[in-house]
Amino acid sequence: MKSLAELQAIKEKMQGQVNLRDNDKSVRVVVGMATCGIAAGARPVLQAFSDLVQKNGLNDVSVTQTGCIGLCQYEPIVEITRPGEEKITYINMDADKAKEVVEQHLMRGVVVADYTINSSGMAK
Amino acid sequence: MMTELSLNILDVAQNSIKAGAKLIEISVEIDNAADSLTVRIDDDGCGMSGEQLAKVTDPFFTTRGTRSVGLGVSFFKQAAEMTGGGFEITSESGKGTKVKATFVLSSIDRLPLGDMCSTVETLIVYNTGIDFVYRYRVDETEFTLSTAQMRDILGGVSLDAPDVVEYVRGFLKENTDECDKGKIY
Repeated sequence: MKSLAELQAIKEKMQGQVNLRDNDKSVRVVVGMATCGIAAGARPVLQAFSDLVQKNGLNDVSVTQTGCIGLCQYEPIVEITRPGEEKITYINMDADKAKEVVEQHLMRGVVVADYTINSSGMAK
Repeated sequence: MMTELSLNILDVAQNSIKAGAKLIEISVEIDNAADSLTVRIDDDGCGMSGEQLAKVTDPFFTTRGTRSVGLGVSFFKQAAEMTGGGFEITSESGKGTKVKATFVLSSIDRLPLGDMCSTVETLIVYNTGIDFVYRYRVDETEFTLSTAQMRDILGGVSLDAPDVVEYVRGFLKENTDECDKGKIY
């Protein structure tokens, strides 16, 4: 069984850099995690975003969850808000698409138009 | 319909979070001899009134305003009952809610348990203000994860700090594997 002893070491390591992560989180990634989202596969999407944001050191990005926004047929839905820009809503997401969105939208500032709700032909 | 029980558990636990719970206890117990899989989700949230409780498994009842259906608890109940198992929910206003679902382990209609580690990790990492106790038992082997216990060791370091997340993931995976002994439930 994996023990709790390792946590002590993590604590000691982390305490030296506690404030390092407290930058301004101005970019928001919000994943729908209501029944509809979860049933459509939102859990791996949420996990992919949070792992990739961490891996790529995107310290200004916060990844959070939300409930049902009423567009269940388009779940998993991910909304991304960058300061000074219009909110972008991505639909029918999966972990692979999440990777693309992190690399293009979050890291290069290029919206992945193919996955947005506008691409579905439905008005906003 | 959910594709695995761990997703039902994640979904039903969201209700506990919305109920303002400070402590959520989740247990999964597999008993091969008794041919059963039992899931319990207990919280100390705001609970429900008698009227709400009576309607909670009705898919056309919800307290939410965005739409008029509430499928989470209904799905979980259905998943249990279609195996020949049972479903109980008890709640007291102001005290909390207890959900217990029993599945017939060998039933062909039982959904796979799925990735419980991801469910528990997601709950812990995205709700650092709530304490979770997760207990997983397969026959005689079991382990318990308690965030309160981890918090005691970590002092001021948050449960969503990257190194801690990685540790929690490893802790869940290793200990689950040890209980499962290579079998997929």
